[in-house]
Amino acid sequence: MTTTPRLTRDDVAHVADLARLTLTDDELDAFTGQLADVLDHAADLEALDLDDVPPMANPLPLVNVLRPDVPVPAGDAEGAADFHAEVLAAAPSVEDERFRVPPVLGESP
Amino acid sequence: MSARAIATAVRAGERSARSVVEEHLAAIDSGEGEIHAFNLVLADEALVRADDLDRRIANGEDPGPLAGVPVALKDNLCTRGIDTTCGSRILEGWRPPYDATVVERLAAAGAVAIGKTNLDEFAMGSSTENSAFGPTRNPLDTSRVPGGSSGGSAAAVAAGFAPLALGSDTGGSIRQPAALCGTVGVKPTYGRVSRYGLVAFGSSLDQIGPFAATVEDAALLLEVIGGHDPLDSTSIPEASPDLLAVLGRGVEGLRIGIISELMGGPDRAASVEGIADDVRARVEQAAEALAAAGATVEHASVPSTIYGLSAYYLIAPAEASSNLARFDGVRFGLRVDADTAPEMNTATRTAGFGDEVKRRIMLGTYALSAGYYDAYYGKSQKVRTLIQRDFARAYESFDLLLSPTAPTTAFPLGDKTGDPMLMYLNDVCTIPSNLAGHPSMSVPFGSGDDGMPVGVQILAPALAEATMFRAAAVLEGSAP
Repeated sequence: MTTTPRLTRDDVAHVADLARLTLTDDELDAFTGQLADVLDHAADLEALDLDDVPPMANPLPLVNVLRPDVPVPAGDAEGAADFHAEVLAAAPSVEDERFRVPPVLGESP
Repeated sequence: MSARAIATAVRAGERSARSVVEEHLAAIDSGEGEIHAFNLVLADEALVRADDLDRRIANGEDPGPLAGVPVALKDNLCTRGIDTTCGSRILEGWRPPYDATVVERLAAAGAVAIGKTNLDEFAMGSSTENSAFGPTRNPLDTSRVPGGSSGGSAAAVAAGFAPLALGSDTGGSIRQPAALCGTVGVKPTYGRVSRYGLVAFGSSLDQIGPFAATVEDAALLLEVIGGHDPLDSTSIPEASPDLLAVLGRGVEGLRIGIISELMGGPDRAASVEGIADDVRARVEQAAEALAAAGATVEHASVPSTIYGLSAYYLIAPAEASSNLARFDGVRFGLRVDADTAPEMNTATRTAGFGDEVKRRIMLGTYALSAGYYDAYYGKSQKVRTLIQRDFARAYESFDLLLSPTAPTTAFPLGDKTGDPMLMYLNDVCTIPSNLAGHPSMSVPFGSGDDGMPVGVQILAPALAEATMFRAAAVLEGSAP
């Protein structure tokens, strides 16, 4: 595999945008150097021959873990209605028992 | 007083749970101002709980193996109706609608939750300096860090604020602070302890585990919190390990290997760098103590562990970038309002996350992005396979492995905050166990040249906690 080019300021601006973060110019400069350092350290992996090595996503050999499809009350024994109210109470903005957000596309209705 | 002694006395009616809680609250009152182990002390709640336990005992009930024992909880463990901040502004004021499974198990065992401990924001860090609520200081020398990310939990136990604490360990976040504060810290086998209600950082790596002043107390706590939980799909089916029963069995006949690649030193070419001479000397001394107790001790090679750090700092940020996408200002915590939802998401995340969390989110986003996935994330996942294979090979010849927990003793506050890569190197010895999903623990073993504690790391294959605890008990008994 070819050596990956060093991370640029534009790369960092792009990933910040993807991750929904706004960076100041100073932050962009600092983060670019710091993130490039981490990626440079990771260049030691390029020495490894990994062509025949399978990737590992999780340490356990478990697949498709299922439990019986039996409804249980959310939260605790007091039941689902309280749990529902507690979840909504923790939200920044609620309307008609739903999470309220600003318009997603253009004008609000 | 140890947790076990407290529980024994409280169950026998020789001591009230209230007196135990009052004693620990008094210790917190006098020391917490300087140390800042807690984001929240649950003083009133703990006293109410203690009185309830005392009433039950007076009625002839047995509250369980942790009756009346105060336990400090890392502030990334969900507690119903009680602030759970993860050390972040983005969750300030959020109260979870449910308890983590470990919190429920502690309650069922008679324990008393005494507070929520400080941590590096979202458990990302090795010094507890990344908390939005200010750093925690090492109780043994307050000019130094307690380690991290579970620095508040380690400090709470080291300062005598609680005999037991829970932390989470993604790349060393229990073991490294345990080493730096001179406590016992355990990362169980991946899947041994339910992660339900642990705010996720790196889901294939995260594991909850105990802090305690003694090996026996750590065993007691792990027995209580371990075991299958249907609410966590990565929970293993095995019952909680039986540890207290094996603590006195010694290490006679066990084969123990010192991992050459994690020892550093001039005569070891293929080793990680940065292992301090005084730390290495203590690990060698610990190996001699195990040999003197009847174990066969030799050098072992686990070659790919030297690539662990690089792989980890791509895999963990990749998983974090995905897990932390949920903090968008919609369902919980902070919202910074804006005209549109995407602008609100961005404004909230920009204001709510600290620098280290932003670094990891961006690193992970980059490692997963089109064109770089194979070069970074995919490659790191293959290295993970190599590390697991190398461990499997080593465990054909050895029952346990040994290494330093951290490369150095506790360092001064501010020493490494300006250089993230330098900070990450603290995790070089602890990361391999997380990548492999294996258990490992740190046991205090003497001190370094500066008088600060040194932790020796004992590593074991999956599910071999019992063997690991036998060696830990021997090390504890022979520590200088």
